[in-house]
Amino acid sequence: MLQFLIRRLTGAVVIMFLIGAFTFFLFYTIPQDFAELSCGKNCTPENIAVIRENLGLDKPITAQFWDFMVGIVAGRDFAVGHCAAPCLGLSFDSGNFVWDSIMDRFPLTLSLTVGGLVIFLVLGLGSGMLAAWKRGTVVDKVVSGASMVLSSFQIYFLGPIVLGIFVYSTGWMENPKYVPFTDDPVGWAVGMLIPWAVMATIFTAQYTRMARSTMIEQLQEEHVRTARAKGMRQRYVFFRYAWRGSLTPIVTILGMDLSGLLAGAVVTEFTFDLAGIGRLAVESSLTKDLPLTMGVMLFGAFFILILNIIVDLAYAYIDPRVRLA
Amino acid sequence: MTSPIETEDTDSSVTLDKETATKTDAAESKTLAGRSPGQLMWTRFKRDRTGVISALVVLFFFAIAALAPVISALYGKNPYTLYAQEPDYPFLLDDFAMPTGSLGGISGDFWFGVEPNLGRDVFTMLLYGMRTSLFMALVLTLLSVLTGVIIGMVGGYFGGRVDYWLGRVTDFFLAFPNQLFFIAFMPVVTALFVSPSDETPTYLRAVAIILVMWFLGWMGMARLVRSSVLSLREREFVEAAKVSGASRWRIVRKEILPNIVTPILVQGTYTLPSSILSIAFLSFVGVGFVEPTPDWGRMFAIGANIYEQDPAFMFFPGIAMVVFVLAFNLLGDSVRDAFDPKTGR
Repeated sequence: MLQFLIRRLTGAVVIMFLIGAFTFFLFYTIPQDFAELSCGKNCTPENIAVIRENLGLDKPITAQFWDFMVGIVAGRDFAVGHCAAPCLGLSFDSGNFVWDSIMDRFPLTLSLTVGGLVIFLVLGLGSGMLAAWKRGTVVDKVVSGASMVLSSFQIYFLGPIVLGIFVYSTGWMENPKYVPFTDDPVGWAVGMLIPWAVMATIFTAQYTRMARSTMIEQLQEEHVRTARAKGMRQRYVFFRYAWRGSLTPIVTILGMDLSGLLAGAVVTEFTFDLAGIGRLAVESSLTKDLPLTMGVMLFGAFFILILNIIVDLAYAYIDPRVRLA
Repeated sequence: MTSPIETEDTDSSVTLDKETATKTDAAESKTLAGRSPGQLMWTRFKRDRTGVISALVVLFFFAIAALAPVISALYGKNPYTLYAQEPDYPFLLDDFAMPTGSLGGISGDFWFGVEPNLGRDVFTMLLYGMRTSLFMALVLTLLSVLTGVIIGMVGGYFGGRVDYWLGRVTDFFLAFPNQLFFIAFMPVVTALFVSPSDETPTYLRAVAIILVMWFLGWMGMARLVRSSVLSLREREFVEAAKVSGASRWRIVRKEILPNIVTPILVQGTYTLPSSILSIAFLSFVGVGFVEPTPDWGRMFAIGANIYEQDPAFMFFPGIAMVVFVLAFNLLGDSVRDAFDPKTGR
């Protein structure tokens, strides 16, 4: 277990380093004056000089890259002050440290992602298995049909509809907003309810379809048939034998789909006008604030890698045949 | 790998062709009319009513997208004119710049209503928007599929070190958070073509979007093709071809490629709608196409902004997209079933 964690974390560090190097060189080797690019349309020579100095653009690229990488591990000193350990550089649009800007926005994205994940896993697995259990009946047809249609919906289409019904016309709920969990857990949940519901609806529909088909497959397996032939109770066969087996492929797909999950959170942020790291990425991208853009991307990659490790741990827990070491 | 016959001379290819031909039609006897796997698939597909209907819906979408200029010429409007400022339509928008008519201003002149604020025609906006999206998605899908097939095939067929490194590269790109990557790299790629002080022309935006998405679009296909090739490589008929002196290129082209067409096609049908959604995502968040290019994703951005005042605007682009994606997903399922009847739904 510990060995696995160490190995995976080392792997994650290597991948992060490679992604960092890749992004860095792609960003910084554009055949253009980088300072000018980030400066935008109404640019003065003084602005350019300031940006150039802040980014250390007078140094060779490899030295800049070295500074950046060292900054992540050990921190860096800028003209405006010291940037503490995971230092992703200095945003030249707002003048804040990139790490601080990300940490400002990340709790919202984390709440959306994790909350949505829990909801759609529970609902998706539940309804998918219900459909598989009642295969061929009305229940199955309704669940399958609904999930087929709903999985073709988009968050940015469903979101406004839900807002229209629950906020604008009936006034049952307020516009979604983010309240930090530590300040007010109830307010946090209430504020996130509509975004969670909309995001989870679409993912639930996809996972329902998946859960149904893997479950049906599992129910035809030999060991399930044997269990049935032994005269085991239906419920027992269903949950102890088939359910557990059908979890493995679903978790595998989940592990491959984590960046889709993050993307879903980003779209949800935009649909409900919430300020998470997706919005930060777009803002920085539009103002050509490259250090910030790069920071958000690296952070996103890091987040997905960490989620991936968690998924792999869960994988080993679910399927005892999977050995970690 | 040394073979008695060095070159791919006519004799050996004829025998090879015969062999593959008899192999595919193994079950059919001479008296019965032999049917190719393609024909078998087609008959199976024709029997699947859902599949046929979804195929028709998909074709309909492509047809109206292709014919958008013709349709809008007949209809007499275009997606760029601000009709609210035209003298012919004096009362199109009210004092709050919202459509005066009911349901977003639907009328005989404006079938799908009028856009709030600017007063453009929603019907032609949607037509041209779909045209943009479908064209982009088609190009993107073709490029990604082609790249994926080549990389997967090289990795799977050559194996060894080549395969190992291609696999590592694929894994590396899979670790990218793709939507964040698209957002981050759109300005960078655009900056490769135009200086930041100039306006970016629309076609360059299109090229940039395709490039950025292509970059992270091929890995799924590469993995799929690699694993299929890997299992096919050890099969007897490939070995037979090898023994009879077929060149590598010939084996890849004539023995392996026909056998992986099915998974490629199925995966491809699932890739296209997801490309459309990704492109729409970029425009929706504001880093893809900008005013005044008509684009499907941008219509959602406009619609979400003004939903409280004018919910009807969102209706047509939204329903169109749901129907399109649904039809495409159903079509993908049907194609898969038709090719491989073993996988029951």
